[in-house]
Amino acid sequence: MPINVLIVDDSKLARIVAGKALARLQPSWTKAEAGSAAEAMELFGRLHFDLALIDFNMTEKDGLQLAAEFRALRPEMPIAIITANIQDEIIARAREIGATFVAKPVTADGIEGFLSGAALRLRTSRT
Amino acid sequence: MIPESVSLGELERDALTEIVNIGVSRAASSLRKMIGDHVTLSVPSIDVVSQRRAARLISEREVTELVAVRQGFSGPFSGRALLIFPETNSLELVRAVTGGELSAAEVLEIEHEALAETGNVILNSCLATMANMLKRSLSMTIPEVLRGSGATLFEIDDDMPADGLVLFLYIDFAVRKRDIRGYIAMIMDLPSLETLKSLLDEFIERVVNDDA
Repeated sequence: MPINVLIVDDSKLARIVAGKALARLQPSWTKAEAGSAAEAMELFGRLHFDLALIDFNMTEKDGLQLAAEFRALRPEMPIAIITANIQDEIIARAREIGATFVAKPVTADGIEGFLSGAALRLRTSRT
Repeated sequence: MIPESVSLGELERDALTEIVNIGVSRAASSLRKMIGDHVTLSVPSIDVVSQRRAARLISEREVTELVAVRQGFSGPFSGRALLIFPETNSLELVRAVTGGELSAAEVLEIEHEALAETGNVILNSCLATMANMLKRSLSMTIPEVLRGSGATLFEIDDDMPADGLVLFLYIDFAVRKRDIRGYIAMIMDLPSLETLKSLLDEFIERVVNDDA
């Protein structure tokens, strides 16, 4: 079964950019996109995802809150928080909920560490 | 007349210029990653001026309509940060950040949100870097896209007189290869300025004592 990735960002442009980096590094993985935390939750309840890339700065519910909810449902799932808001406090909060911090704009180089780490963890948990 | 409590000393001004420089350089490197071309920056201009004068500083230099992405920030100091460019540059910037893969119709369709996201990345990286250097945290609002003259972009708050003083910072940026240019501007209100002054003093002390 291919690895399925959930990309959550209220910006379509940002989803395109993240999707491109993902396709370059892991061409066989599949993805679904959500434009808000609510849409992400809805998809999450319906489909199976192996990992999630979540934007921090979103209206209504921010990415850290959403990540914490995902974390409660799926303690082992690799989650990356993606944001240009590189403040120490945001990085610390991401770390607290066990999410990886990835700086925006997302580049293949910037996200490679998270994806290969996640691939490794998923392989180990599946065998 | 600028009240003594908010005028910056020489060292404080140097420190602020340095912090803004580092923040903006980080923002420029984000923009460079998004469009793949070199971005040049001017030295930041820092002035304590009236709101009205701040609006004029930009509009005097630009005859065409402007587009701006505006993001508010609040915390120990608060204000607004703007990414501003002539409206004629707007689609070129969108084409640049979408990597030239979209059709003309798609570029138009995505324009508004691509501008918001570009502003979000650039302003956030600048503000976050400044917050980290001052060892404080700031919260940032969701970016909004505005169009209009300098006066509209620096729209005067209802609770603040137009002749109220603000700290006005701006930097020119340009992407020569693509004929894109604009400004990154920041406006801080007066009570924020006093806090900023004390944070700058702390910063100077850390740098001078080299306790890192």
